[in-house]
Amino acid sequence: MYFSGFCERFAVLLIAVGLASHTALAVDITGAGATFPYPIYAKWAEAYKAKTGNNLNYQSIGSGGGIRQIQNKTVDFGASDMPLKLEELEKSGLLQFPTVVGGDVPVVNLPGIKPGEIKLTGPVLADIYLGKIKKWNDPVLTSLNPGVKLPDQDITVVHRSDGSGTTFIWVNYLSKVSPEWKDKVGEGTSVNWPAGVGGKGNEGVASYVQRIAGAIGYVEYAYALQNKLTYTLIQNRDGNFVAPNIETFKAAAAGAQWDKAPGMYLILTDQSGKNSWPISGATFILVYKSQDRPDRAKEVLKFFDWAYADGDKLAMDLDYVPLPDSVVKLIQASWKNQIKDASGKSVW
Amino acid sequence: MSAVVNPLQRRAQADPAALMSRTISDASLRKQYRLDQLFRHATRFFAFLVLALLAGILISLLVGSLSSIRTFGFGFFASAEWNPVTEQFGALVPIVGTLTTSAIALLIGIPVSFGIALFLTELSPKWLRRPLGTAVELLAAIPSIIYGMWGLFVFAPVFATHVQPIIKSTLGSIPVIGTLFKGPPMGIGVLTAGIILAIMVIPFIASVMRDVFEIVPAVLKESAYALGSTTWEVVWHVVLPYTKVGVVGGIMLGLGRALGETMAVTFVIGNAHRLSASLMEPGNSIASALANEFTEAVGDLYLSALIELGLVLFFITFVVLALSKLLLLRLARREGRMT
Repeated sequence: MYFSGFCERFAVLLIAVGLASHTALAVDITGAGATFPYPIYAKWAEAYKAKTGNNLNYQSIGSGGGIRQIQNKTVDFGASDMPLKLEELEKSGLLQFPTVVGGDVPVVNLPGIKPGEIKLTGPVLADIYLGKIKKWNDPVLTSLNPGVKLPDQDITVVHRSDGSGTTFIWVNYLSKVSPEWKDKVGEGTSVNWPAGVGGKGNEGVASYVQRIAGAIGYVEYAYALQNKLTYTLIQNRDGNFVAPNIETFKAAAAGAQWDKAPGMYLILTDQSGKNSWPISGATFILVYKSQDRPDRAKEVLKFFDWAYADGDKLAMDLDYVPLPDSVVKLIQASWKNQIKDASGKSVW
Repeated sequence: MSAVVNPLQRRAQADPAALMSRTISDASLRKQYRLDQLFRHATRFFAFLVLALLAGILISLLVGSLSSIRTFGFGFFASAEWNPVTEQFGALVPIVGTLTTSAIALLIGIPVSFGIALFLTELSPKWLRRPLGTAVELLAAIPSIIYGMWGLFVFAPVFATHVQPIIKSTLGSIPVIGTLFKGPPMGIGVLTAGIILAIMVIPFIASVMRDVFEIVPAVLKESAYALGSTTWEVVWHVVLPYTKVGVVGGIMLGLGRALGETMAVTFVIGNAHRLSASLMEPGNSIASALANEFTEAVGDLYLSALIELGLVLFFITFVVLALSKLLLLRLARREGRMT
């Protein structure tokens, strides 16, 4: 008698809650994946919630995790620093599009050297990371930097111990500029490093570089900027030595030909352009092309549409580079053409 | 088959005269009996729950690593290559790193803990025992990530500038042992990780050793002293044999912590998937590799290889426990045969 009374009351409560949630106005969308854009997605989510009341829940579990979650359909969108190739996209039925651009900056620890004083080229970086150039006063380095006092010190290479999009952009660039690197090591979010020590996260790499004299490492642009690390200049594809700043990143993003990239698989490393920073990359969102919940897909697209339109300043405040308008138009066209619900009608 | 005899039955067979003088009612006896049964079932359930969880973890590890086991077979344990791009994985470097850092931790930790326990029980003045004992136990309460941060920010630079050059010039110049200490003094590496682990396991081993040393009956020690033994002879021949079970248990506790320690090791071990003869070079450990690479592992084979690493660690811990039981058995058999 007691039990059945309780059951009835509980059932009524459940139905009431169910009805209430159907009539609720706020929508919760979920995403998971890359750690690189987490700060800006969190900032956008906060601003979007203040404006529309809709909640975005983003879990930065890593690009691999993001890809797995979207394939298991446990989230509305996945985020990955490493873009998926067209075959993988077709196999899973996913659409990918970029959101913001960032990049890697090489940082060094040499006494008396100021930021932007050392010049390096892509092949030289590859040789350092392959372990072929072992000392700072190697003739290759001194000839690139006449007038700079390079000490007779061992170069300690620092890389990432965890898999990451930052690593992916770095090794992708090294593969483009050094055939030996491409052959021996290749590219991926995690690779078989021939030399050096591994730090966990950008923080790990930065702390190793700061603690080991003669160390060289790579960190995200935002990280290098905010922690005032000693960065180096790199020679870009056009032959100019450029420094990492928002202008050179924008130049790299502007020069990219997104319309010619199948499935928007485009990595912005080694882009032409006299001012382009050679080690840039975009971060990507993955959504399903065929949506069985078109209302949720529309909410996801509305969020990113708002972010492209109104989120640029927030992105630049956090040292991310927003995409040029032409690319945004391309992305929105792909939403219209490719994301469809069960009846074939376009969701956007 | 219940070990608890129903008190109502027993009471019915008891002396009727005694029945009159009972003050506990039938109902309350019944309630107590039911509570007893409930208690027995609940505790039995918890015990089996732990076993079931262990089995569940083992099964899920096995299932997860099936793909890697099928691809690599036993070559997994012999290969030092860890290449996520070509999907060639070999566990040799993490396994060697785990065993080496734990061995260094025990090599440094056991004598130091023994010294601490000995001092606290035999040699220190009575007023010093409690505060010193508490201080040692406080070391155990420090979270491991703090050890990692302290190791990276404080210990590693000091080690690199002051201690490593001395080690290299003294031990490094001895012909065979010298290869263990080659390499630039970076401050991070397998040796540093081993030292930090030693500092972490000392409180565990020292507390257990001190507790078991304290329960040695005074009459045993006093008899030895009366026969003219020195303090050292009493400790080595009377106290240690009496407490060997506890001592080995404490060491296994420390070893268990050292094998599984993740954050402190990953900060200072250098995370390089390369096998090197020198302790000054960076290496990798199983727990550190798992912590670093699990979230971003793209691809089923990569994930499966990592899960297989976890399974290997599970087995190493199991083997270590089995060996310690064997050691205790062997020591127990020698009791009474030798003086």
